[in-house]
Amino acid sequence: MKPQSRAFKTNATQALTNEPLKKALGGIKHGFVANRARARANLPEFEQLRDEAKAVKEHTLAHLDLYLEEYEKKVTASGGHVHWAPTASDAREAILKICQDAGAKTVTKGKTMIGEEIAINDYLEDAGITPVETDLGEYLIQIRNEAPSHIIAPAIHLTKDQVEADFRKLHTSLPYDRVLEEPAQLVAEARKMLREQFLAADVGITGANLLIAETGTSVIVTNEGNGDLTQCLPRVHIVIASIEKTVPTLEDANTILRVLARSATGQECSTYTTFTTGPKRPEDPDGPEEYHVVLLDNGRTEMLGSEFHDMLRCIRCGACMNHCPVYGAVGGHAYGWVYPGPMGAVLTPSLIGIDEAGHLPNASTFCGRCEAVCPMRIPLPKMMRHYREREYEKGNTPHRYKLGLKLWAFAAKRYRLYQALTGLAIPLMARFGKRSGRFRTIPLAGGWTRHRDLPAPQGKTFQQLWREKEAKS
Amino acid sequence: MSGAEDRQSILDAIRSALHPKGDDTARKQAVRERLTSHPSNLVPRRGKASGDARLKLFIETLEGQSAKVSRAKSANDIPDIVAAYLRESNLPAEFRTGSDELFDRIPWDKTPALTRHQGRGQGSDAVTMSRARSAAAETGTLFLTSGEENPTTLNFLPDTHIMIISKQDILGSYEDAWNALRDIYGARTLPRAVNLVSGPSRTADIEQIIVMGAHGPRRLHVIIVG
Ligand code: SF4
Repeated sequence: MKPQSRAFKTNATQALTNEPLKKALGGIKHGFVANRARARANLPEFEQLRDEAKAVKEHTLAHLDLYLEEYEKKVTASGGHVHWAPTASDAREAILKICQDAGAKTVTKGKTMIGEEIAINDYLEDAGITPVETDLGEYLIQIRNEAPSHIIAPAIHLTKDQVEADFRKLHTSLPYDRVLEEPAQLVAEARKMLREQFLAADVGITGANLLIAETGTSVIVTNEGNGDLTQCLPRVHIVIASIEKTVPTLEDANTILRVLARSATGQECSTYTTFTTGPKRPEDPDGPEEYHVVLLDNGRTEMLGSEFHDMLRCIRCGACMNHCPVYGAVGGHAYGWVYPGPMGAVLTPSLIGIDEAGHLPNASTFCGRCEAVCPMRIPLPKMMRHYREREYEKGNTPHRYKLGLKLWAFAAKRYRLYQALTGLAIPLMARFGKRSGRFRTIPLAGGWTRHRDLPAPQGKTFQQLWREKEAKS
Repeated sequence: MSGAEDRQSILDAIRSALHPKGDDTARKQAVRERLTSHPSNLVPRRGKASGDARLKLFIETLEGQSAKVSRAKSANDIPDIVAAYLRESNLPAEFRTGSDELFDRIPWDKTPALTRHQGRGQGSDAVTMSRARSAAAETGTLFLTSGEENPTTLNFLPDTHIMIISKQDILGSYEDAWNALRDIYGARTLPRAVNLVSGPSRTADIEQIIVMGAHGPRRLHVIIVG
C-alpha cells in the first residue's frame, strides 16, 4: 500500500464530517474499551503480567540474533524453510517465487499486517496470482479496494448497510432478493462464498503473532478460524513475520498470550490459538506439504537500540488506538498507511521515514491513555515527542512556529522582560475578553484559535498570583 | 543479494545495533539456559486451581465462551450423549473422527442410529469429533494435536464440532498443558499443529456485533469423560 500519510491533515478533516464513520467509531467505547476493562478487572495479576510480558520481549530483543538463529535451526529441522528478507521488496520476491514454484493460481490469506506493510496483494495480482482475503474484515475491505482502518478490526469503519450493498454487487451468483439485514446473514453469506476458495487455493499465506525459538513454531491467534483453514488446506503454507515477533519459549508465549487477547478484544483468550511447526509429517493425513517462513526486517534493525527501540515490543493488540481520542475521532484511514493510532504514529515514521509520515507524531493530545493501556508498557507519547524534536532539528517545522518559539525563548530567558511583557499582556487580554470569558480569535494565533477558543485570563499572571499567595501565608 | 547474504546482513545489523561488549559467551549461555530450562513466568492464581475448583473453572469459563459442556461417567455413556445432542440440534446422526484409540473403545453400536465415518475433514462434513490431548482450566482452553488420530481439518471444517476430553487431562494452566505435551513429544519438539480452542468460531467484524460460525464450527460441544 502506497503511503498517504502526508495528507493526514486533509484526511482527518474529511473524516471528521463522515457520518457513517462517526457511527462506526462510536461503538469502540462500549465494545473494545469496556471489554478490556472487564477482562483486566477479572484477572488480579494483570498488571504484573504486563511487567513480565515486557521483560520477555526485552530479554528477547537483547539476544535477538541468537534467538533467530535458534528459531531457524528448529524450523529447518522440522522440514520448513526460512527466507530472510531485509526489505519489503525482498519479501515480495521471495513470496512470489514460492507461489510460482508451486504453480499457484489462487492464494488464500489470513489477516497479516506485515502483508499489508509489504503490499503483497498488488504484487501477486500483477504477476497473475489472485490473493483472497479470508478474515471477514479483510475480505470486506478487499472487495472495496480499501486499506484496513484498525489492526485487529480492519473494517471497523464500515456499517452493515455498506456491507450489504457490497455483497449484492459482488455475489451476483446469489438471488438478488435474498434477505441480508442482520450481521448473521451477512456472515453466513461470506462463509459460504469463501468456503470454496479455501478448498481451491494452492497456497495459504498467514502472518504470525509469535515465533517460538524453542520449537521453531509460528503462532496465529484468530476468532474466526480462517487462519487455520488458510494454513491447513493448501499444499503450501507461507508465514510472513517480522523479526521482532520472536520469543524464546512456550512459557514466554504463554505470558504474551495472557495479555494479548485481554488487551485487544477483552476476551480471556481468543477462540483459536494455533501453533504450527513445519510441514505435514509422514503420518499426517492433512497439513501443507511445504512450510515457508519469510522473516522481514524492513527497518526493524534500525530501531533496535535507538530511541524507538521500545516500539519493537509491540504485540499489535490495538489497545492504544481503541483508547486514543484522536483515533476515535478520525479513524484509521486518516493515518494514511497500514498502522494507525498511537502505535502507527511511532511505527510509521520509523518504517517509511519522517518525510512521509512527519504529521503523524503530531496527531496526539498527549493525554497518555495509550501508554496507560499498552500491555507492553511502550512509552508511546515519549516517542512521539522524539519525532517532534527530530522534525524540529531537521527543519521540517514551519518557519512561523520557529520564529514564535524563538521570540518566546528570548523573553523567557530574561526574567524581568518576561514579567514586564506578561504583566502588560494579561490584564489587557482580561479586559478584552471579559464579556464572553473567551477569545474566538487572537491576532497572530489564528492557527490555534481556528479550532478552539482561548479562555480569557482572569487579570493576573500566574507569577503575580503566586507571589500574592506566598505573601499571605 | 543471495539468501545467505540477506541472512547475514540482518544478523549483522542486529549485532551492531546491540553492540554486545566483549565476546558473546554470556549471551549465548543465557539463551541456551532459557531454551533448555524454559523457566515459567508468573502463572495467575486461577491457573493453579485443583480438584473440583479446577473442573468448575474449566466448565464455567468454556460455557462463558459459548461452548456446550456435558459430563459422561465413562466412555460407555458417550454414544447416548452424542445421539441426544444431534437429535436436539436437528443434525444428521453421523459424524467423522480420526483413528484415536478412544473412538475404538466407545461402544457406538449401543446406539445403532449413529454412523461414524473416519478420515480427514471434508468440506461437506456437518459434524466431526476429536479428542483433546489436554486442557487448561485458566481460560477454558482445549489443546488438540495434529496427526492421524485427530486430523486438524476435523477441527475447522464442520458446522458442529464435538470434543472429548478425559477429566484427568484437564489441567490448571497453559504451563501444565505444554508440559504434558513435552512428556509425549519430547523436549523442544511439537507435533505439526497444536490447536488451542476455547469456543466456537466467531466474528465481530460487522459493527462489532458477535456472530457465531464465521469460518470454523458454529457450535462446539465438549464432553468430559470421568
Ligand atoms: S503499542 Fe502497545 S497498545 Fe498499541 S498495539 Fe502495540 S502493544 Fe498494543
